[in-house]
Amino acid sequence: MNNNFKVIVVDIGTGKSSLEYFDSRREWLGGSGLAAGLFSHFGLPDEDAFHPDQPLILAIGPLTGYFPLMSKTVLGFMSPYNNQYSESHAGGRSALSLKFAGYDALVIRGRAKKPVCIGLGSREVRIQDVHFLQGMDIFKTGKKLRNLKPANPGHRSILRIGPAGENLVRFACINVDTYRHFGRMGGGAAMGAKNLKGIILSGDSHLDLDADIRKEYTQVYNDIYSTIVQSGAMRKYHDLGTPENIIPLNELQALPWRNLQSTYDPDVEGISGEKFGKDLLLRQVACAGCPVGCIHIGLLRERFAEEHEYIYRQVSYDYEPIFGVGTMLGVKTGPGVLTLLEDVEKTGLDAISAGVALAWATEALQKKIITRDLTLADLQFGDVQSYREGLAHLTQQPNEFYRTLALGTMKAAEKFGGEDFACVLGQEMAGYATGENYFVSQALGFRHSHLDTGAYGLDQEKDSRNLDKSIKYMQDQEDYRILMCSMVGCLFARKAYPKNNILRALNSLGYEYNESELDECVEKIKYHRWALKFKTGFRPEDIKIPSRYQEVTTWKGRIDADYMHNLKQEYQKVLQDMARKHREKSGEAP
Amino acid sequence: MKVLRTPNMERCIGCYSCSLACARNVYKSLSWKRAGIQIRTSGGISTGFEARVCLACQPAACAAACPTGALRQRPGGGVFFKEKRCINCAECSTACPVDAIYFDPVRETPVLCIHCGRCVSFCPHECLEMVDTSKENQ
Repeated sequence: MNNNFKVIVVDIGTGKSSLEYFDSRREWLGGSGLAAGLFSHFGLPDEDAFHPDQPLILAIGPLTGYFPLMSKTVLGFMSPYNNQYSESHAGGRSALSLKFAGYDALVIRGRAKKPVCIGLGSREVRIQDVHFLQGMDIFKTGKKLRNLKPANPGHRSILRIGPAGENLVRFACINVDTYRHFGRMGGGAAMGAKNLKGIILSGDSHLDLDADIRKEYTQVYNDIYSTIVQSGAMRKYHDLGTPENIIPLNELQALPWRNLQSTYDPDVEGISGEKFGKDLLLRQVACAGCPVGCIHIGLLRERFAEEHEYIYRQVSYDYEPIFGVGTMLGVKTGPGVLTLLEDVEKTGLDAISAGVALAWATEALQKKIITRDLTLADLQFGDVQSYREGLAHLTQQPNEFYRTLALGTMKAAEKFGGEDFACVLGQEMAGYATGENYFVSQALGFRHSHLDTGAYGLDQEKDSRNLDKSIKYMQDQEDYRILMCSMVGCLFARKAYPKNNILRALNSLGYEYNESELDECVEKIKYHRWALKFKTGFRPEDIKIPSRYQEVTTWKGRIDADYMHNLKQEYQKVLQDMARKHREKSGEAP
Repeated sequence: MKVLRTPNMERCIGCYSCSLACARNVYKSLSWKRAGIQIRTSGGISTGFEARVCLACQPAACAAACPTGALRQRPGGGVFFKEKRCINCAECSTACPVDAIYFDPVRETPVLCIHCGRCVSFCPHECLEMVDTSKENQ
């Protein structure tokens, strides 16, 4: 096995690129570990996220393409949302395209004078002027970019931003192959600040399978493939998909409704996974390299004239977007949710943050903390049209109110009032009002994501209000998730990839780790990532958990505010300790 | 003899498991292009997927175009390929009317479906099938 990482560094300011090799494969593994390593090398921890030379890092891992569901790409970047090092993950065809272009990572530096698109393949780096795409929505941009580079249909990945990214909305996403996203923490704004409208990754080369690994590799592949396809372990992701959780979480009183004013609504059926599956599901598609196919595409039919004139749209839906623009905004019909998701997709916003931001604005308007003069739209829970207007304003930022809201919900709440009901836990909350463990986990999590530790699962266990158990759970989960995200696997594949399967897969390709060596790598990566987050300004003690979270009632009753406070204090210490240990070992200054 | 058919491509989810299986098991590669079955889109994922694969012509235009007999007609449709006889001219790839032969620029040999059926079991949606051509039109 070649132990060097092959990294292409593209400077869109100078127009020059370079190939660089890093001999740290054993320690950085790939994905999350590689991105952190490359950020330490190329990043500017003391500079703003919008500094032209702040790198955008796309990284894949040692199992990418080799095994099923090893289909994700890690984006490592300085988040414009909080000016801290962060990660966002996406699938689509991005991972296999980068793999077959022949690189372990793509690092983008510099700022172009006009909007540009990067075309990257095994024998190509092209930085193309695309000023004519300025302001163009995600779908039209995708079409134009496909025509711009017609080679390799089906074997390439097209990443692009919409107007929200260009206008530097701090929670703009990067769209990947129409239906997937680097959704959270503002990757779209990071691209927008660089004047980088799109990236076309062409997976146009091949790797020979060495004769000495072929037999073992094929055996391990077949074993894992069977687990995924035949065991039924992942069937739920294909069947109704993640929206199958809408009704169960509602029943648990753990589904945030109307800006988390409630955790239950009896009228949930209209946006349930079952309802979407029965009435609106058009088909499922997959990320490249994944036989599951969890991407659910809904059909939105729209009448545009008096006569029977219709257009149809294909809109992807999932649990989180249904929460973001559905339950959080009190929208209770499938077509209503799809209408808003279509708008979110076109402009290139993050569906979760955009929904939570407008939910806060709606409650603030209801409580007369802000006025209609500011919101421009008459935002009301359940009113799809008012939210269509709100999403457009959020993207275009016509006044001071929307300019501030585009910086993040808490920024707007600090300025206009209503901090106590801003549903922000590090960033706008994901759709889990399951309890104290989840709230603390998202607030302090590395990328403020529900996927950092999956603590919504712990909340549903018995004896869930137990400090020692919770800290251990979050640490164990983080360890495993760092390992998966360094390979880089989809976190839906957890059952198919217990640690011993990851080890088998690595060994079958000639990576000679034993379990304790792998554990050691993960621990180092974990400490390294936290050290980067602290170095770029993370102060867990400054993170607020708004009082709305103390008012939540779930199936367990009222939130235990003391437990939540104590858990936050304890978890802070654990994180601070990890960052300190990394600094001591590496000799870095605090 | 049986040949590979793609009767249910409307069900394709674009996972590339078939291409990856062919590359891995037949062409000893990690690739989604060096494969006898290739999955393409035309106009992005919203338009669905198409399989580019040998249609098992009889007579096969690629075999007719091959100047050295490296490609020979296979009974039941399709061709046999003998690498030793190939002079890397790529005439077969040009001759294929449905663009189902990928000429590998690295190995300089044609990559085509040999109708072995090893991709079929990797399709999670039964888009692919091995069919006996003698019974196909009955």
